Amino acid sequence: MNYLAPEIILGLEEIARLLRVDSLRFIYRRGSGHPGGALSAAEIMSVLYFHIMRIDPTKPEWEDRDRFILSKGHASAVLYAALTRRGFFPAAEMENWGEIDCPHQGHPDRLKTPGVDMTSGLLGHGVAVGAGLALAARMKNKDFRTFVLLGDGESQGGIVWEGAAVAAKYRLANLTCILDNNDVQLDGPVHEVMPMESWAEKWKACGWCVLEINGHNIRQVVESLQYAAQVHDKPTIIIARTTKGRGVSFMENKSYWHGNIPNADQMKQALEELGEVTNG
Amino acid sequence: MAEMAMREAYGRALADYGNLNPNIVVLDVDTSASTLSNFFASHFPDRFFNVGIAEPSMVDVAAGLALGGYTPFINGFASILSLRALEQIRTCVCYAKTNVKIAASYAGISDFKDGPTHYSITDLANVRALPGMTVIVPADAAEAADWVPLVAEFDGPVYLRISRAGAIPVHQPGSPLQIGKGRVLREGRDLTLIAMGSMVGRCANAADKLSTQGINARVLEIHTLKPLDCELVIQSASETGAIVTAEEHSIIGGLGGAISEVLSENQPVPLERVGIRDYFCPTGRDLDKLMDACGLSVQAIIDSSQKVIARKK
Repeated sequence: MNYLAPEIILGLEEIARLLRVDSLRFIYRRGSGHPGGALSAAEIMSVLYFHIMRIDPTKPEWEDRDRFILSKGHASAVLYAALTRRGFFPAAEMENWGEIDCPHQGHPDRLKTPGVDMTSGLLGHGVAVGAGLALAARMKNKDFRTFVLLGDGESQGGIVWEGAAVAAKYRLANLTCILDNNDVQLDGPVHEVMPMESWAEKWKACGWCVLEINGHNIRQVVESLQYAAQVHDKPTIIIARTTKGRGVSFMENKSYWHGNIPNADQMKQALEELGEVTNG
Repeated sequence: MAEMAMREAYGRALADYGNLNPNIVVLDVDTSASTLSNFFASHFPDRFFNVGIAEPSMVDVAAGLALGGYTPFINGFASILSLRALEQIRTCVCYAKTNVKIAASYAGISDFKDGPTHYSITDLANVRALPGMTVIVPADAAEAADWVPLVAEFDGPVYLRISRAGAIPVHQPGSPLQIGKGRVLREGRDLTLIAMGSMVGRCANAADKLSTQGINARVLEIHTLKPLDCELVIQSASETGAIVTAEEHSIIGGLGGAISEVLSENQPVPLERVGIRDYFCPTGRDLDKLMDACGLSVQAIIDSSQKVIARKK
């Protein structure tokens, strides 16, 4: 494992903070969106887009780029934040988010937003689509990796496991999924709405390499993604234990904040807690 | 009648075309011995993927393969693809514009021995409503084979409807064929029989019989249900003044529905629909007899023709 310098970790933590701030600002301005699941994925997105993925914002269609599928497409705000911060399109375009003439849709659209590799939003598709993409890469002798960010709520649906079986059958080692295991969905805790634990046992039984990490610990996110690259005989899933609404005290672990919008006072408090200076 | 089954013509053509185009990959859902994608599988095992009995997964995996630069042909039963996997088709194929070709086999009531669970009498209504989908229904085995290269080389999602059975042969192999262009098989002045799929041959037979009664029926094959050849349909309505549509599908939402939509807006004329009249057809022992019993007989076309001509006056 490569030594990960403290300044790199600090840099990625700062980017994660900014992704949270951007996500909330995008959602607040638009008056709709899904804050909880965007905040839980900030470290994962920071590490993927600013440390791990082989991408070039000037060439969003580059054939050899690593691919990313936001299977939990509701968290579009954090993907848009990562893409704007990384330079795929200007953040100013997000000021218009939600307007009919804004190209960036409520959920990611691969044909409208540069850097979006696959359209998503209706849940469950990422693993199976990712398996097809990883299969194509291998057949074409391309060394790009395919990453899928998966929600725990969406993993209650059967299509996720159909895709998991395909990836295992064809030993798609170039496919890496990250489960954003925040244990909160729209109607309540995942373990109450439809208990699915043990995630690790389920994915092991499917024939995947399973890693379990704290999804807010940058070092663990980096090292698990680097480890996954060394696994050569099966796909890998990183079960990232996260907190829904992470970083904003009143949003943490609350299903209410899956899809609700803060008011002006709540927004001010949220930004302050995230280290932003606000002017009232 | 020992004509080749449409699925066999399709399966052999796909395997042949696989030699010419290395970008073709083929997927199936444990039905390759039924859809006859197994011809391709035996020639190109490295380009064939059997994903098990999981149609939604097959659609999504194919979308991924298309994103990676391949042209996937996915194979399964029309009933399951157009219902259980319809959301995947809508989201990951049509909306995401991935270059996936859906070969929907065992269409209509052609799987007569398995019965209503396997019949696909609403698939055209389901997929026709999806933005960005091209919907093609071959009339016979020769046409099914001829579509393979055209569908493969077309850029975008296609739903190609394949019958388990044969159909009355109406085309020579390699006859001119173009997506979105209807074919006039027989000229006539008194009415137009607009036919699709297995009903094209039956309409040709009906036209022969109608001519002995002094009724001169034009036969127009619409193989591309979407985009529809509106110009030719409107022209036929205008020139003959009456229309009978015929399809091995529900009268709701398929060919009859599509033609009614176009004509009521552009050239309203009396129209009758021959098709399955909104019910679940029974299991049968013989496809021809089952089709006759389900309202798809040559006599049903003749009856509808006489009725529609009476309505002209």
